[in-house]
Amino acid sequence: MDRFLFLTVDGLAKGAVYAAFALAVVLIWRAARIVNFAQGAMAVATVYAAYSVTQATGSYWLGFAAALASGLVLGAGIERVVMRFVPHTSPLNSVIVALGLVLLLQAVLGALYGNEFRPVETPFSRTGITVGGVALLSRYDLFVLGAVLLLVVLLALLFTRTSTGLRMRSAAFAPEVSRLLGVNVAGLLTFGWALAAAVGALAGMLVVPTELGLHPNTMDMVFVSSFTAAVVGGLDSPIGAVVGGLAVGLVLSYAAGYLGSDVTPIATLALLLAVLLIRPGGLFAGVRTRAV
Amino acid sequence: MTTLVRHLMWTAIAAAALLAVTYALPPFRNYQLATAAAYLCATAGLTVLVGLSGQLSLGHGAVMAVGAYAVALSQNRLADAGLTGNGVLVLSLALGVLAALVGGLIVGLAAARLRGPYLAGVTLAVAVALPAVTTVWAGVFHSDQGLSVYLDPPPAGLGYDFPLERWQSWLALAGALLVMLLLANLLRSRFGRSLRAVRDDEAAARLAGIDVARTQVLAFVVSAGCAGLGGGLLAVLTQSVSPGAYSLTLSLFLLMAVVVGGLGRLAGAVWGALLLVVLPDLTHTIVASLTLSPAAAQRLEGNLPLAVFGLTLIVVMIAAPGGVQGVVRRLLP
Repeated sequence: MDRFLFLTVDGLAKGAVYAAFALAVVLIWRAARIVNFAQGAMAVATVYAAYSVTQATGSYWLGFAAALASGLVLGAGIERVVMRFVPHTSPLNSVIVALGLVLLLQAVLGALYGNEFRPVETPFSRTGITVGGVALLSRYDLFVLGAVLLLVVLLALLFTRTSTGLRMRSAAFAPEVSRLLGVNVAGLLTFGWALAAAVGALAGMLVVPTELGLHPNTMDMVFVSSFTAAVVGGLDSPIGAVVGGLAVGLVLSYAAGYLGSDVTPIATLALLLAVLLIRPGGLFAGVRTRAV
Repeated sequence: MTTLVRHLMWTAIAAAALLAVTYALPPFRNYQLATAAAYLCATAGLTVLVGLSGQLSLGHGAVMAVGAYAVALSQNRLADAGLTGNGVLVLSLALGVLAALVGGLIVGLAAARLRGPYLAGVTLAVAVALPAVTTVWAGVFHSDQGLSVYLDPPPAGLGYDFPLERWQSWLALAGALLVMLLLANLLRSRFGRSLRAVRDDEAAARLAGIDVARTQVLAFVVSAGCAGLGGGLLAVLTQSVSPGAYSLTLSLFLLMAVVVGGLGRLAGAVWGALLLVVLPDLTHTIVASLTLSPAAAQRLEGNLPLAVFGLTLIVVMIAAPGGVQGVVRRLLP
């Protein structure tokens, strides 16, 4: 029972990060109908930026700010310089270009920083707080949960309470009509990418210390888990992304705890296939995407 | 002249020309030619899948691994049982293809229900899960360490000092020519037309009486079989197989090769396979010509091909979606 409790709590903490990352995936999907396969590599790049700033200044929080800022710049830059020019003849085109970005970003990071794992510091202790003899969440886990919760609240406020959020939703749903009504659709698309990349940067900052360390490929597996989370929730639904993230976190935590940590990639694949085959639109899809 | 006869004739001409080339090349170049031929099996299959059926696979490196591991296991088992010889190698390669066909059928059945980014995501998960499979069943696959592959020396009839590399390039080229011949015929057949119809307009294809799901699964199976043979041949060339050699990066490289070569045309797969071998070699030469500290040179050499491949992928996709073959066709009307 203690073990189950520990795995559940641990799974929720991991799931929170997948949720944040899945939100980044969903943000771009809603704005541009693109699954950004470069999300992981982009997040790694921002974490390297944070790493450099922290090394130079000695401050974790300056590094943290640098990650978010570089996320905004990187996201906007990639939309402006690359994604905008991808021909829309086939939905595969943008996926292929994103994969090109993965190779390019990982190569540049590898050339600049080397291909070894670098340990990353955390602002809070990662030792679990013992409650009634059971080691549960660490201070760092609480920080992760709090940060993701704050992110979800801020995004919800942005989309439901601000005119920018309203315009973003209209631009995504009916770009032509929105343009006629004077909405700057292209600008909002750039903003959407910037926002998503900043969210990805946050998720990267939170997850990298819990992985093996910083490495150009660190986020590959995290991206797959988060993509699974987004699919579980339905690519269109931010709430689905959060629930999907937590669900994936729990499944992976139980799989790792009871079957061994080697199993997690296989468990991710199995979960992804199961969801796609049984309910291809995800659990929270409003419309059925496709009938076979 | 029927299509089959014409394709057979082209294959015979290509075989004769390549045979002459293998005698002219030094061993290392022969080995590179063999590697390109092994890649060609996979890129040709992937061209059919991505270019003609419009399904994207990011897991073809993993499919190659299935073929490679099957060849490794069967070669080693048969050698342990005292069975050696080149007939045995053909049997092992056939088993490799068979294993990949089964794998392709499983993924293909799932794929036929999925679209664009979803399919890409599933195949990505397959590629990422591969090392985990070799670790979980470490007793069979030996984790990261991988397996060595038993390979007989060239047949005695070829002479005492016949170079191994030339023999390897014969094997790989034979495989590649077979794949190209079969695929060229397949694409000219009813199946090839169905594929294009499904890619261009699914609803119209269905109205025309084409079983869309079946066509898509078949495309996946065919392309997996080709990738399996490519993986098996690669295992025979390197005489080893490990998860590191069939990583996600390899899958992305294969995709880059078919996109840069030119989607939708088998000739594009040839350009792509050559690029996969030539580009790393070229970047090696460039790095060697720069004056760098050993550490910096090592970093650059590992990553420069990746950067070049990634950049090429982006630029080609945006500026010349027809790839090399598209440009060639425009220059030579």
